Amino acid sequence: MKILVPIKRVPDTDQKIQVKPDGSGIVTDGLPFVINPFDAIAVEEALRIRERSTDAAEVLAVSVGTEACKAQLRTALAMGADNATLILCDAPLDPWNVACVLKAFAQRYQPDLILMGKQGVDDDHGQTGQMLAALLDWPQATFASKTEFITGGLRVTRETDAGLEIVRVSLPAVVTADLRLNEPRYASMTSIMKARKKTIERITMADLGVNIEPRVEVLGLEAVPSRRKTVRVGSLDELLVKLRDEEKVL
Amino acid sequence: MRVLILCEHDGKGIRLGSRSAVAFANAVEEQTRGSVECLLLGHSLATVAQDAAAYAPVLVADHPALANPVADRYAKVITDLVKERGFDLVVAAATTFAKDILPRAAGVLGGAMASEVIGHEFREGRLCFRRPLFAGAVVATVALHGKPQIVTVRPSAYAPASARAEYSAITNVTIDEASLPKKTEFEALQSKLSNRPDVTEARIVISGGRAIKNSEDFERLVGGLADKLHAATGSSRALVDAGITPNAFQVGQTGKVVAPELYIALGISGAVQHLAGMKNSKTIVAINSDPEAPIFEVADYCLVGDVYEIVPQWIAGLNGK
Repeated sequence: MKILVPIKRVPDTDQKIQVKPDGSGIVTDGLPFVINPFDAIAVEEALRIRERSTDAAEVLAVSVGTEACKAQLRTALAMGADNATLILCDAPLDPWNVACVLKAFAQRYQPDLILMGKQGVDDDHGQTGQMLAALLDWPQATFASKTEFITGGLRVTRETDAGLEIVRVSLPAVVTADLRLNEPRYASMTSIMKARKKTIERITMADLGVNIEPRVEVLGLEAVPSRRKTVRVGSLDELLVKLRDEEKVL
Repeated sequence: MRVLILCEHDGKGIRLGSRSAVAFANAVEEQTRGSVECLLLGHSLATVAQDAAAYAPVLVADHPALANPVADRYAKVITDLVKERGFDLVVAAATTFAKDILPRAAGVLGGAMASEVIGHEFREGRLCFRRPLFAGAVVATVALHGKPQIVTVRPSAYAPASARAEYSAITNVTIDEASLPKKTEFEALQSKLSNRPDVTEARIVISGGRAIKNSEDFERLVGGLADKLHAATGSSRALVDAGITPNAFQVGQTGKVVAPELYIALGISGAVQHLAGMKNSKTIVAINSDPEAPIFEVADYCLVGDVYEIVPQWIAGLNGK
């Protein structure tokens, strides 16, 4: 069993994001970066599958981007991933580009399962897993909150607006992780130290034979200002008067 | 542009969010002088098709193999139609239904997709989209390269389309069952527990946060007030994490995005990820015991106090009427 976990490097979600004055991007100076939280959930799920598995199982973390992504791959190694690969790319990437790169990598590595976050918390596209499944012509189970191996495949509980859906997919498949799939473990100091010594394999887009052809062109960014009254009321009665008489919403 | 709207339905009619997608499609079509058609997938769709025909011409893919929304099958039907009929733009409301299916369709068709669109404009004849990033702290204007372009739109950004004066034509799409993927099998839907209005469609939404200690208290306080005000219930991620509310309740960046007339945040501190899901509500009320809670910076009306004291008072006041 080989499990591939794609990892995205994103700004820490507790940080305030500032847009550059010319709207060409965000200010990254001094901004701390982490593994995309949903991808950390995917790493955790892969580790649990390996721990439960009676056969040999391997968890490979992969990231597409600059050398900076190594830090997040090291986090995955410290959590317990067996190996990590960085696919070097300096160009800005949209979901289609990432899906094309991961497709080429998956065809080379041939995993039984690709586990990844349901969305990146930076760009909020929520597209890459589904696009990757389409490009590979594999089944997909998005927004997973539970996975169980069954004969011939995987049974996945999915969190949807309609309620919990249960689907069975044959392998290989792409599964995207939702919040409640698990709680990612913290890496111990010992495992962090060990992860520092591990080799991260580096390959290039040329090795994979992939060209970047953008599909999403960002014309500009702007910060969103808050426009609120922020009236402090002293009591419930005062609040109800405001809602009834001024806002007319009750 | 030829626009195809993937409509979501409940077996009786199309969802309110899909009518917002129709409104978006109509707005684009008005400026490009193209056409707009609705697509329905499922089984036993006669009633739904009638409902959809009030908004635009309808294509109906009705087949037992499509009875449940399985992404690879639905994406196959959509991509075949787009290729055959040359649609330029495919749109749906940004719900879990479309978020599952449309990126897969986009993957088959070439990758030009924008998620969670909140506005659009034409720049030098090119259709551009506005979409939020970083939990809504930033809005990007983007253009898509390639055809067709695929988008999901936030229902809160486009007022639902009204029914037209006359019903439009309904056309059946032939489904070749043998061509449908069979790598996914739908096993079951465990339907929602709540009888309350859908959180994305309600006029009033009441959400609970970390101050609510357990499911019983959530039902009594948040649910109790919601029932009095005919409101939907939501929650912050903290309660979903704690197992107190189901994932379907989560309002926020990675959950539901709502924009009701009135949003009442009970004991929610206001992490930026939660604010992303509700800050476009018309009026926001926050009740929290911490006077420094960040939610107070984005609320219209702020009341410092314990929800365990204030909410029962509020409910008791409504009982008296």
